[in-house]
Amino acid sequence: MIANHHHSWYEASARARLDALLDHASFTEFLGPERREVSPHLPIFDLPRQFDDGIVVGAGQIDGRPVLVAAQEGRFMGGAFGEVHGAKLTGLLRAATAMRRDVVIAFDTGGVRLQEANAGEVAIAEIMRAIMDVRLAGAQVVGLIGGRAGCYGGGSLIAGCCSALVISEQGRLSVSGPEVIETNRGAEEFDSRDRALVWRTMGGKHRYLIGGVDLFVDDDAAAFRSGALAALDRPARFDTAMLAAEQARLEKRLTRFGDAFDGTDLWSRLGVADAAEVPDLDTQPFLYIATGTREASDDAR
Amino acid sequence: METLRYELHASRPAGGTRKIAIVGVVASGNLEVLLERSGAADRCVIEIATAARGFADLWAAVTADFVERRAAGGLIITINDGGARPDTVALRLAQGVRVIEESEA
Repeated sequence: MIANHHHSWYEASARARLDALLDHASFTEFLGPERREVSPHLPIFDLPRQFDDGIVVGAGQIDGRPVLVAAQEGRFMGGAFGEVHGAKLTGLLRAATAMRRDVVIAFDTGGVRLQEANAGEVAIAEIMRAIMDVRLAGAQVVGLIGGRAGCYGGGSLIAGCCSALVISEQGRLSVSGPEVIETNRGAEEFDSRDRALVWRTMGGKHRYLIGGVDLFVDDDAAAFRSGALAALDRPARFDTAMLAAEQARLEKRLTRFGDAFDGTDLWSRLGVADAAEVPDLDTQPFLYIATGTREASDDAR
Repeated sequence: METLRYELHASRPAGGTRKIAIVGVVASGNLEVLLERSGAADRCVIEIATAARGFADLWAAVTADFVERRAAGGLIITINDGGARPDTVALRLAQGVRVIEESEA
């Protein structure tokens, strides 16, 4: 990879993201495409399968630091969790517990794959449990969010269990996606085609300002690599006091922002002088404004 | 799904020493191509699983053109297709043989 050359994280494939994230030639893939561990469910729906079931997992190094890594391919089935896809991540996390090894997950997912929903839901629960075990073992689980599918549904629940999250402006993090909200509550409640509204509600800047994520980076592969390193350098804290503090923060958030109508209302209440300007700000001016106004999370969301 | 298989004469063996290469993703109008070394240096086997039925003639033409133009001998190539156009298929196949002949890291 050429230094100083911009590589969009948003546009990159799962494999290209791992190439950019990891030290040159340090990656060893587990259950690679040649193993053909494909979905047993998709043929029932006459749908094409992908050899890696939409997730690449393995071991590598970031700046000499050994990590286990996973990257979802958002273009295959929206990066959704099926049985095999989920099992590959569960297995990786269980290995991380046994090895006490840090994990980096590049999220790019709409949530559970509806064609194998039961297996996918079980996988989400298993992955959340496995992340708790990794953190209890004293290792970190860092999530990177900046892919085209965002991080939605069960994927957002998994992200919420991570030690730290790194996001770009293009990244979106929410339990229910825009189309899901519109389908269930109507376009008057949430117009999924209003992209500015989607980003004000679920986008990287909003999540960073309200303390839903820990680091905000450019949509650039090198920036995500630096962000992952910075996240890995944070203390691997995971205890009852921290969870209680986060619970108190979330309760306070409800009383403070519960009647707010729009993302801009929240940003104003946080003390951002010109909230309407936030979506147009470049990274450096945005980070300048965010420092001192944003809520800091307690490694739980 | 429709599955197709072509056993073709390859004029040139694939270069390099990489054992496998994978390019592309299974998405609408896209495809993934897995290339593995197997069999005689003057043969190329191409297996396709495609969501779009009824295009065997096109696949036959694209794969025949591929083995004629590119160094594809000694490869078994497996394709998962999400309804890619023939030009996309040709580009992915060309990309695949380029990747497998790259020197290993």
